Amino acid sequence: MISDDDVMYVARLARLRLEHGELARYAGQLSSIIGHIDKISELDLKDVEPTSHVIKLASVFRDDEVRPSVPQELALANGPEVEDGAFKVPQILEAEE
Amino acid sequence: MAGDENLLRLSATRALNLIGSGELTAAALTGAYLSQIEQNDSDVSAYLRVISEEAQLRADAFDEAARQDGAPLAGLPTAVKDVLVTQGVITTCASRMLENYNPIYTATSVRKLEQAGIVMLGKTNMDEFAMGSSTENSAFGPTRNPWDLERVPGGSSGGSAAAVAAGEALWAIGSDTGGSIRQPAALCGVVGLKPTYGSVSRYGLVAFASSFDQVGPITKTVADAALMLKYLVGKDPLDTTSVKHPEEIVIPRKEDLRGVRIGIVRELVGEGIDAGVMSVFNEAVGKMEAAGAAVSEASLPHAGYALPAYYILAPAEASANLARFDGVRYGLRAGGDHADITRMYELTRSQGFGDEVKRRIMLGTYALSSGYYEAYYGQAQKVRTLVVRDFDAAFTGVDLLVSPTAPTTAFKLGEKTGDPLTMYKSDVCTIPVNLAGLPGISIPAGLADGLPVGLQLIGPAFSENMLLQVAHGAEAAIGFDAVSPLIEQADR
Repeated sequence: MISDDDVMYVARLARLRLEHGELARYAGQLSSIIGHIDKISELDLKDVEPTSHVIKLASVFRDDEVRPSVPQELALANGPEVEDGAFKVPQILEAEE
Repeated sequence: MAGDENLLRLSATRALNLIGSGELTAAALTGAYLSQIEQNDSDVSAYLRVISEEAQLRADAFDEAARQDGAPLAGLPTAVKDVLVTQGVITTCASRMLENYNPIYTATSVRKLEQAGIVMLGKTNMDEFAMGSSTENSAFGPTRNPWDLERVPGGSSGGSAAAVAAGEALWAIGSDTGGSIRQPAALCGVVGLKPTYGSVSRYGLVAFASSFDQVGPITKTVADAALMLKYLVGKDPLDTTSVKHPEEIVIPRKEDLRGVRIGIVRELVGEGIDAGVMSVFNEAVGKMEAAGAAVSEASLPHAGYALPAYYILAPAEASANLARFDGVRYGLRAGGDHADITRMYELTRSQGFGDEVKRRIMLGTYALSSGYYEAYYGQAQKVRTLVVRDFDAAFTGVDLLVSPTAPTTAFKLGEKTGDPLTMYKSDVCTIPVNLAGLPGISIPAGLADGLPVGLQLIGPAFSENMLLQVAHGAEAAIGFDAVSPLIEQADR
């Protein structure tokens, strides 16, 4: 039901890299889970409103006051790679020559 | 205090009284739990990290200062699930992804209890990112059930439940997304309460499925659950989904159940529930009836669709929530020279997440992906509406609903790890409650073949006081007084 290609596709969307041997295993497990989930298709849900959240909340606002924020040093404290007060990542733009 | 009373058997409520009257010191109490951890946790593995020195220092400080400052929970030794961030104490969520993560703030729930005076003993093991029902999904090895070390404690708050059952904590904090407080409490023979969604702040609770997650107590008694809840609840400006609980939480005292109308959920007592569990459950309900409860049958016609709907909605939310683990701002970054940032993301996430987390992320991504969104996510949200309506209808006829907490007693390690769907079914009785955001509590109902069975009581939204009152009455009627062999041994 869920093919190896499907698994490869969702893994890519989710930024996961799977080993080749893992594909078939995940495909089997996900198929069995989706098979169970498909039980909801038995229900007639045409006129049912969806529920995304059990508490009825409108947008919650606070007063727009200036307050201290997390100090930069602390915010960077858990960064795997930090340089010049910033999180460093692999190059994301081509340099212009 | 009463002569040789085993400190590991004390309820939090009683410990507080003894500390208040000067018969017991916080230092002695904390010392007793730390020593039990030292003796037994290499077998149980309830904790990922124990902070003995800090705990002992804090307890000592209370003994010197407590009577003046009047902290209401002063000196009570507490285990904290490692899904709650604690400033200065590594918080891993039992994941390689956060193996060295040192939070820069503390979760509101933990902070409130610390302000009330608890002594944190350490951080407890769990299924990675709270995804699982056995604590076997921890990246740092499973926790074992104190009643039988060959068996699982349940999950995902298995470390917290095992710590309480092993006498390695006076009480503990857990979190519950689909049963993660109640199911391990049931399997470990302790009390577990999932409050109404919104009652307790989620700020600092590492997010799994934000519309379901809720923090709550795992304790030895119902009164203890009420005591902790009293200090956990509250609207938090840092969690926009938190609300002010309409009632002040009171510690239950009345034991009789006269006038209470209880409905047995027909759909949760049939097929799929072990005979041993059913027999203990029926006997416990009989005792509640003898104590004055009016017991009838109730129905949640769509209960059977709650599990499938949950396994669309919760993974969908998880796939979005866990997108934040990208190797940039905190947590693991895969080593090596990365050709580009996507490659870095992929390697980091593949190395940092375990199998179950990857499975749920992919399941959620699938359910949200183009072409499947309406068939899965959209439809599951409608099923959620039907489950909410089922509860509303059921509560027109009864005050509370009752069911077994879990379909089986504690199972053997490795028994269900090969088949995720079988593992998911461990939460068949607890999940409907999360879909509707209701409060639910599991209390010990008795033993089946020497293993604990839990009884679940479910109430309408924000009915915690009634729920706790009735659970307290049920606890007295059932009279469960067994403890795990690890606490028995400490009696000498």
